[in-house]
Parts: sequence; C-alpha cells; structure tokens
Amino acid sequence: MSAVPVTIRRTVELQIDGDAVRVPEGSTILDACKARGLDIPTLCYGETLTPVNACRVCMVEVEGSRVLVPSCARKAEDGMVVRTRSDRVDHSRKMVLEFLGSSVDLSTTQHVDRWNREYGAAPERYGPPAPPAPEGARDRAQAGRHHAGDGQTAATVAQPVKIDNENYVRDYAKCILCYKCVEGCGTDWQNTFAIAVAGRGFDARIATEFDAPLPDSACVYCGNCIAVCPTGALMFKSEYDLRQAGGWDESAQTVTETICSYCGVGCSLELHVQDNTIVKVTSPLDHGVTHGNLCVKGRFGFQYVQNRAPGADDGA
Amino acid sequence: MDLKLLDSPPTTAERDAVDGVLGPPASAWVGGERGADGHAALGGHAARAQRHLLLPVLHEVQGRIGWISPAALGYVCRRLTIPPAEAYGVASFYALFALEPRAPLVTHVCTDIACMCRGSSELVAELERTVGPAGEHPGNGRSIWLESPCLGMCERAPAALVTRAGDEAHEHEIAPASASDVAAALASADAPSPPPPLVPQAGDPSLRLLRRIGRVDPGSLDSYRAAGGYAALRAAIDMGPAGVIREVTDSRLLGRGGAAFPTGRKWDAVARNPVRPHYLVCNADESEPGTFKDRVVIEHDPFALVEAMTIAGFATGCERAFVYLRGEYPLAWERLSTAITGARARGFLGDDVMGAGVRFDIELRKGAGAYICGEETALFNSIEGYRGEPRSKPPFPVDSGLFSKPTVVNNVESLINVLDIVLEGGAAFARIGTEQSTGTRLFCLSGCVERPGLYEAPFGVKLGELLEMAGGVAGGRQLKAVLLGGAAGAFVGPDKLDLELSFEATREVGTTLGSGVIMAFDETVDLVPVLLRIAAFFRDESCGQCVPCRVGTVRQQEALLRLASERPRGTVADELALLDEIGQAMRDASICGLGQTAANAIDSAVRELRVFERAAG
Ligand SMILES: Cc1cc2nc3c(=O)[nH]c(=O)nc-3n(C[C@H](O)[C@H](O)[C@H](O)COP(=O)(O)O)c2cc1C
Ligand code: SF4
Ligand code: SF4
Ligand code: SF4
Ligand code: FES
Ligand code: FES
Repeated sequence: MSAVPVTIRRTVELQIDGDAVRVPEGSTILDACKARGLDIPTLCYGETLTPVNACRVCMVEVEGSRVLVPSCARKAEDGMVVRTRSDRVDHSRKMVLEFLGSSVDLSTTQHVDRWNREYGAAPERYGPPAPPAPEGARDRAQAGRHHAGDGQTAATVAQPVKIDNENYVRDYAKCILCYKCVEGCGTDWQNTFAIAVAGRGFDARIATEFDAPLPDSACVYCGNCIAVCPTGALMFKSEYDLRQAGGWDESAQTVTETICSYCGVGCSLELHVQDNTIVKVTSPLDHGVTHGNLCVKGRFGFQYVQNRAPGADDGA
Repeated sequence: MDLKLLDSPPTTAERDAVDGVLGPPASAWVGGERGADGHAALGGHAARAQRHLLLPVLHEVQGRIGWISPAALGYVCRRLTIPPAEAYGVASFYALFALEPRAPLVTHVCTDIACMCRGSSELVAELERTVGPAGEHPGNGRSIWLESPCLGMCERAPAALVTRAGDEAHEHEIAPASASDVAAALASADAPSPPPPLVPQAGDPSLRLLRRIGRVDPGSLDSYRAAGGYAALRAAIDMGPAGVIREVTDSRLLGRGGAAFPTGRKWDAVARNPVRPHYLVCNADESEPGTFKDRVVIEHDPFALVEAMTIAGFATGCERAFVYLRGEYPLAWERLSTAITGARARGFLGDDVMGAGVRFDIELRKGAGAYICGEETALFNSIEGYRGEPRSKPPFPVDSGLFSKPTVVNNVESLINVLDIVLEGGAAFARIGTEQSTGTRLFCLSGCVERPGLYEAPFGVKLGELLEMAGGVAGGRQLKAVLLGGAAGAFVGPDKLDLELSFEATREVGTTLGSGVIMAFDETVDLVPVLLRIAAFFRDESCGQCVPCRVGTVRQQEALLRLASERPRGTVADELALLDEIGQAMRDASICGLGQTAANAIDSAVRELRVFERAAG
C-alpha cells in the first residue's frame, strides 16, 4: 500500500535463514521474508485484509517456539531466529498442500502446481475422491455429526456450483475456507455481512443465513469478495460461462485501465476484455483510496458499454 | 450496518422466547416492524453491545421451540442488531442447536470411549432394534435419540441425556442407562431424582478438595458455612489482593485445565495490567472425553466455586465474572444458579461483598455442544456471541481476553484449590505433592475399573495405586491399557503402573495428566474401535478454522478406517507412516491445542501398544 509514513519508525532486527534482516517495527515475518526476496507460499493472506492465518501454508520455524508460526500474521521481533525451509516447515507445507489438493478443486488457484512440485506434495495419495455432495447437503450438515464411510475414498468439499444471480457464481467445491471473502464483505471493507462461515469442522462453509439465495440475502453485488478470492470459487458469471463453453483465454485478453464514470469517487477500473467483450472488472489492490474495492456499478455495470444497436454488430 | 432479514415473522412462541431473555422490545425499530423492503436500519450501538446475549437467546429458542427457525433467527438478529449470516454462522457452530424442525424430545446417548467399555455399543444396538435408527422419528414423531460424544458422566457409564423442548422445557441425565430407560424417556420425560455423587473416598479425613462432597447440602449456603465455607474469603479480604497473589504464587499451583500454567503468574499479570475492566472467567466447559471432575464439584459443592471465584476476582481486580458451563450439565447448571442467587441474596456477591466494600458478581453461561469452546480464546468468542473459533496467540488472555480486556481464565479445579491456599498459606500447600506438582489432584477414573468415580490424591501417587483405590480392573481381568488425560492425552501399557502421576513425570514419558482422566481398558476390549471413536471425535469437534486440523482429522480417520477394515492402501506400514505424517503436520501447524493433540492418543496406541502390529505381521 502507498500510505506515507508520518513518523520515523523504529526498526527491529531478526535473523532469517542465517542472515540478519532489519525491518520496520510492526512488520510481519512474511514482510521481512519478502524484503529478503524469499518466496513463501501464501493462500489466506491478503495484503489489504486482516490476517486470519487459517490456511497454514506460510508456516516458518521460530527458535524457542514449540510449534511452527504463521509468517503472515506473526510480527517480527528483535532477536527472532527464523528458518523458512527446515524439514518441519517443508513437511507441514507439503501436508497442507496435500490436504487442500485432496479435498478441494484447486484447478483455478494460482501457483499450486509449482508449490506441489517444490514441496513434493502428492494429493492423490489419499485415494480417489468420494462422490460429490448433492445440492444443499453440505449446507444442511449438522455440527458434530458426520458420515464416515470406509476410508477407501477421500472426503472432499465437492458439490454443485451455486448460480442464483446474473453477476457472479459461487463454486464452493473450489473453496479453501480462507475467510477472505467474509472479511471483504464484513468488517475489513464492505460492512454488508451478507456471508459468514457456517457449520463446523470439515463441514464448515461460507454461507448466507440458511443458505438463502444471494438475491434474498443482504448482498449488494459489490464483488469485493470476488476480488479477494484466491481460488476462483467466486467468479464473474461472464468468466464462468466462458470457461464452461471452453472459450476462456487469458492470453487473448487485454486489460484497460480507466476511471469509473458513475460517480465522483473516481475508482480505478481494470477492464478485462476478450473478443471485444468485457469479461470481468477488477480494481488495483494498491490503489490508495479504494484498495481494490468497488461497488456494484463499477464492478458489474459495464453492460451499457457494449450494448450495440440491433444490426450494428460489426465488431468495431 | 444495514440489516436485511429473511421475510417471515416469528411465531408468538418464538417471539416470547426471545423477549423472555431480552425483555420486550424498546422501540418499533428493534421490535417487530420494519420497512416493506425487508431492511431494518439502525445504529443501535446499545443493541450491538448486547451481542453476548446471542448464545443465551439461541438456547432459549432451542429449549422452548425445539429448533431455531429462519423467522426466529431473524427476530433475534433484529433485537440484537446482528447480521443474519453471522448469527446463522454462530447457531450452526453448535451441536445442540437444530436448524431444521426436530422432535421436541431428544435423548442423547453417549457412544464415547468410557461408555464403550460399559456397554454403549450393546445399548445402541438394542435401541436400533427396539426404537429405530438414531435420528429417525419412531412412531408419533415426538421423540428421537441421537448419538453423543462423552457426556461427562463416565463414572456412571453408559450415559444418556434427555432434553425436552417446550413450555415445560427440561433436561436430565440418565446414568447408567439401559435401552428400556431410554425407551421410557422417549415416551415421557419425567426427571428422576438426581443420584448421589460417586466419590468412593467420601468421608476420608485426608480429602481436601472433595471433603465437603456428599457432606454438605449443595442447595444451602448455611450448610456450606457450617462446614467452614467463606472463612477463606474473609481471610483473603484481610490479607488484601497482593497478599492473596503472593500466597497463590508461593503455592506454585499449576492450572488443572490441561496446560499446567502457573496460576500465580496469570493472576499477577492481570492484577498489574492498567487496562480496565478486568474479567474473570471460570472454564467449566469440561468436554474432554473421560472428564467429569468439574461437574461433580459443581453439583455437590457449588458454593466452593462461588467463594473461590470471589477470591480470584478480589485478588485480580475483576468485578465481573463468567462461568462457562458445559451445555450438557443440567444438574450442575441448576445448582450453580441456585448457589449464585443464594450468595447474592446474602451479600456474598454484589456491590458490597461481605460488607468489605468489594464489588463482584458472577454470570452463568451455557455452552451448546462444542468441545473446542473449552479452549480459552474460543470460549471468549463463544461468550461474546461469535463462533467458538480459537484466536491466535499472542495476544494472551492476560493482555487481551474476554471483550479484548485483561482476563483471568481458570479451570474449576484450579480455582477451588485457592480456598485452602488462602487458609493454610502457599508454603504449606507447596509441601503437598511433588517438587514441581504441588497439592492434590482430582482423578476421573472410568472404564474397566471396579469402582469408577472421582478420586483425590496428592501428586506423585502411582498409577497402580490409583487403580487399586478404584478396586483394580473390574471382574479381576487383566489390564490392557490406560488412557491418561483423555482423547487429547496418551495411552500407556500395563508396564507403566509404577508411573508417578505428576506433571513432570508424565511429561518425561511422553504422556500427560491433562484433565485428570484415568481410563482403564481390560484385555477384552478391542482398542481399534476405541481409536476410531477418538478419531471421529476430533473430526466432529474441529472448529474447521485451520487446514491441518480441519482436513487432517478427516484424513487421520480415513487411514484408521482402512487399517481397521484391513484394507490398507499399500501395506500396514505405509498407513502407519501416513498417520505419522498427518500427526506431525497437525502437531506443528494447527492453530490450537485441539489440532495439536488430535493425533496423540492414536500415535501412542500405535507406538506403545502396537495396536496394528498383528495385522502388520
Ligand atoms: C481443545 C481444548 C479444550 C479445552 N477444554 C478445557 C476445558 O474444558 N476446561 C478447562 O479448564 N480447560 C480447557 N482447556 C484449556 C484452556 O484453554 C485453558 O488452558 C485453561 O482453562 C486455563 O485454566 P487453568 O490455568 O486453570 O488450567 C482446553 C484447551 C483446548 C486446546
Ligand atoms: S458481492 Fe459484496 S455484498 Fe455481496 S457477498 Fe460479495 S462482498 Fe458481500
Ligand atoms: S470463497 Fe474464496 S475467498 Fe471465500 S473462503 Fe472460499 S476460497 Fe476464500
Ligand atoms: S486446530 Fe482445529 S480446533 Fe484449533 S483452530 Fe485449528 S481447526 Fe480449529
Ligand atoms: S497465508 Fe499465512 S496462514 Fe494462510
Ligand atoms: S459419559 Fe460416555 S464416555 Fe464420558
């Protein structure tokens, strides 16, 4: 983010993989690692969001700590001795990647294939996936009860995609429960609280009250949840439809930066265009005012741009 | 915040249940009326500050109506200014809340490990035969039975809990329970009179923590005072807060809730914290399978807890305290409520405790079926009306606990030790027990022993001696294994009867005293189903927040199921290696103690007892 520091901040010095590193006080271990150019995998971390440290893929070893420590949330302290690639660290990263890869559809999550290779993760070793849950079944799961099966198949969160509005779809078979959408919709940005985590344990899920369709919920279609979702579980309907039809092609897309014309706030828009059609709208996370957030008009109100007079579809 | 609520009005009964807790709505804003578009906009800071009433209100709706309907939840949200998605997230977190219509009469039958040793499988089979499968409505649809994790009545296994919703809502325990008892309970739910405590040592003059159990009337403050009650609080007031903390520090009392943290250090940190107010929380969630000590203490000596909490509050500058009591403990709830009301009426709680100008009061809160809410930070979230998900530490409760204020959180047993510490002095207390584990310990003996029950012994007592006190293995059979510390603890073999029961000695051999569980298994018990039950428990009770625990507990269960059915993927050794890898990741990378210990009992059974060795051979 581009906040201008108003006071000169104290710094702390810690050791990372044997090297001394000095960072401003208040930095996380992850910030310090990034400053060193180290590549730490992260999933639930979001640069514009309060850390929830739920995914546990960014764990590092800190001397004196019995358990591993989430680098995305733990503040760097003077004298800390951090190891980012010990056997314990690598093992738990591998296992987290396997746990997610064997229970969630990560086909649209960035970096996962690379991390799987790097950490030797083999999600398939937990066996073939169990059949997907019928529509609504995961939403009705009662806390403290489960059907165990015989262990020959691996339980997953697979379930039908939720399509209940024209703006975006929710494919919770791809959800890693990173809490980012809940934070984006709630206290961190939008303050709408249309969605929350419901249920418990492996049956925990993102839900509206009683799994009500989005149009019946408090959702205002700002799409700020889509902007922070790291897995593609939340997706523009336009992107989803194109992907379903096999026509999604990022290499054929251009991104045009512009300013939203609806009101005086002047949010930055990035229009993703494929075949002369806007397929999704994002906003830069590092924008000092909006931090990637938009409202329904900037996010989804683009249809008028491409309305063409009947018969005038000349591709211009 | 702009609340948008689902579009159906509550029934009169639902509205009455909610208003019964919150009082009648003050204005049309938070009352029934709202704009035609379904939005109720209100700033309502005062209403939001009542969010901690969410759990009590949900309990009331569940208790009166038998389930929480969308309309009832919507009304709760309007009254408390809570977004419905969040309230739904909270309600769906707890096993005791139903979000679909359910029969008003529910019998929860314990199928956990202590009850497994005492015939719960036969009981369940019998119920399936005579009443029908779990969760299905037999006959008139007015009643069902459900399987339950440990109900905290392991000394009377097999146990069951009957809950009846409606205007005459009530709950009671049946233990030991037979199929005909359960069938009778399903037909009508008349509460039998509560049984006497199972404290086989009762009357033994060497008892300290248990000395009043069975000897005082738990409903009578006078009876408690006649047995020496409130002498400790008087002494504490005389020595002043700093004096009390000094004695507790000198006693070297270690917390009995599982983590063995020095109580004196915790109290001192909160007492010195300049941020106000301070809160005191008594952790009485007691859901570790095999644990029932706090229940017995509260049921039979509730004033001791009230007095001990008053001393703790006085010493650490807390004027307001909460007891978070397990939801499945109806008798303890009733007796503790009565004790708190009684103490308040007689000036032992309130604005001027014992006429000494001390202000202190206690509120009682009920869990709703979630083991994880015993984890201290999950407990704070639960009281505050949020999902019972553990917070990350730091910050620690002494700096930022309940309502983000400095908080003392202690287990029931830790607290009641303070009575004698204040009366005898910390130094005298520290002479009991071992060098590092001072005082006596409550031990919950269950499973295949002759006389299950709650026992008290100084730290350092040998495992074998304790089993002897309980009459040894029932029926003169051979001992196969002992589970120490509950599902989060570890198994030891019969070669460990000489093990000294202290924090340090158990740690040295890689096990734990945990919450004081000593569960014995004899030669006739097949440990594989026991391990499967433990794995199922952790899967059910994981809050789901972090990946290692949310998925790891499932993968652990699946690997065990394959081993149990002798259909391993690869060899048995491969599966054991996989279990080891899963366990390591849960231990290293989980947020809280649940995930960090979820593999321990299974790991110890594999290593120490070589449970799957035969299959491997
Ligand atoms: C999953 C889990 C469950 C717990 N359950 C309980 C419990 O039921 N009662 C309790 O006193 N402590 C429980 N604890 C320990 C508490 O977090 C905390 O350490 C304790 O209440 C502190 O009190 P003490 O210092 O008096 O022991 C639990 C911890 C974990 C991780
Ligand atoms: S679109 Fe906006 S309001 Fe709707 S769920 Fe997402 S963040 Fe919340
Ligand atoms: S929907 Fe996306 S942002 Fe929300 S929890 Fe799932 S993966 Fe995270
Ligand atoms: S370890 Fe388990 S119970 Fe604890 S926070 Fe993680 S998921 Fe929740
Ligand atoms: S990125 Fe740190 S825990 Fe998820
Ligand atoms: S009451 Fe059944 S195991 Fe504890």
